[in-house]
Amino acid sequence: MIETKSLCKSFGELQVLSGISETIEKGDKVVIIGPSGSGKSTFLRCLNLLEAPTSGEIWFEGEEITNPKCSIDLLRRRMGMVFQHFNLFPHLTILDNIMLAPVTLKLQNREEAAENALRLLSRIGLRDKADVYPAMLSGGQKQRIAIVRALAMNPEVMLFDEPTSALDPEMVGEVLQLMKELAEEGMTMVCVTHEMGFAKEVANRVLFMDGGQILEQAPPARFFAAPQNQRAKDFLSKVL
Amino acid sequence: MNEIALWFQRFGERFYLNFIKDDRWQYLTRGLGTTLLVTFFALILGIALGFLLAMCRVTHDKTGRLKFLNAVAKLYLTVIRGTPVMVQLLIIYFVIFGSIAINKTFVAILAFGLNSAAYVAEIFRSGIMSIDPGQMEAGRSLGLGYSQVMWKIIMPQAVKNVLPALGNEFIVLLKETSISGYIALHDLTKGGDNIRSQTYDAFMPLIAVALIYLFIVLFLQAGVRRLERRLARSDRN
Repeated sequence: MIETKSLCKSFGELQVLSGISETIEKGDKVVIIGPSGSGKSTFLRCLNLLEAPTSGEIWFEGEEITNPKCSIDLLRRRMGMVFQHFNLFPHLTILDNIMLAPVTLKLQNREEAAENALRLLSRIGLRDKADVYPAMLSGGQKQRIAIVRALAMNPEVMLFDEPTSALDPEMVGEVLQLMKELAEEGMTMVCVTHEMGFAKEVANRVLFMDGGQILEQAPPARFFAAPQNQRAKDFLSKVL
Repeated sequence: MNEIALWFQRFGERFYLNFIKDDRWQYLTRGLGTTLLVTFFALILGIALGFLLAMCRVTHDKTGRLKFLNAVAKLYLTVIRGTPVMVQLLIIYFVIFGSIAINKTFVAILAFGLNSAAYVAEIFRSGIMSIDPGQMEAGRSLGLGYSQVMWKIIMPQAVKNVLPALGNEFIVLLKETSISGYIALHDLTKGGDNIRSQTYDAFMPLIAVALIYLFIVLFLQAGVRRLERRLARSDRN
């Protein structure tokens, strides 16, 4: 579904990604872990071109999206993204946050979009928050709404960039629960996280990154039980 | 007792002399009309042009496009903010339109509008740059285009944030128009001055002019405050 070929990214002198070739299949639940500064967020952000790769190719469903002729906006409609800091639109109500993209892009009229948004809100038990502003919600509620805001575009793949890192500990569970449900429904997911429990439970593949490269990838059971790479071993001994 | 009565009597006489006799109050009302007219249209010109300038600067800073327009905008801001508005007014009237008969009100609107645009541009720009880059990323990652995100997500928040600064700029603009007399435009200040030159009384007309400016400024401030309150709805916790 998504394929990267020798993907490189540099910020000035600093090389953050050094030649990543990786394929993400439909239905994959890929969790990317690694120490901070390892390039995992940059890799994720390259997948929907929030960061423009310095060199290399990215293919999405048979289309080379790193080709300048490719319409980035059309591509991004098909990839949902969830951020560490939620990035809800503070000047809009929750309902409008969810409706904004489908209505602005004329994919749905206001009635359809509102109906869809309310259905998504009911699903996460926040239908009563439809008319409030983001400032009135807890972090966990905000992140769950950010997730359904992305779902409102009916994406084919969801990218999560440390979705629980900015949350108070007692709110992590509700967000992971929603992500787990998505995974069970068969959504293709790529998730950068520090939640090893989530990786063990939900992922079908774990990628370990350090120094801008994928050093090891394995099913979570094998990766957590017997990591092969020395740096992966060091990392796991610190976080587990 | 007598002295107070006498003072009131004299005050009444001066009031009559400066404002009632020969319909001199009309200098002030007509002048006020001109001042408001110039301020209003200069404001519109300033916001429109200032917005465009800000967009050139911001789009260049955020995306790297519009190199040429950005350079033009920067030059414009440097020149306009680096020279006194009065000199700009005189240059537009005596140099640029020096050889043609031209409506002075129009010249004043142009001069103050062009001047205000530079300040409004920087206000808008600071407002847009103060919005978390995550807002742009979130909008773009939903598939919205750059300008759609600007209109629907960035600008509403930016305008709200800069409203106090913008209101302040409008008040400055209103007061700056008082130099219009230098191109012999009969604005409010010039009106008061005309009365003074006829009655040889400086106190009454100039204090009256000052009070009128003050009232308009208070009125504007109240308007800005109301708007701020309305836009602050989403901040309530």
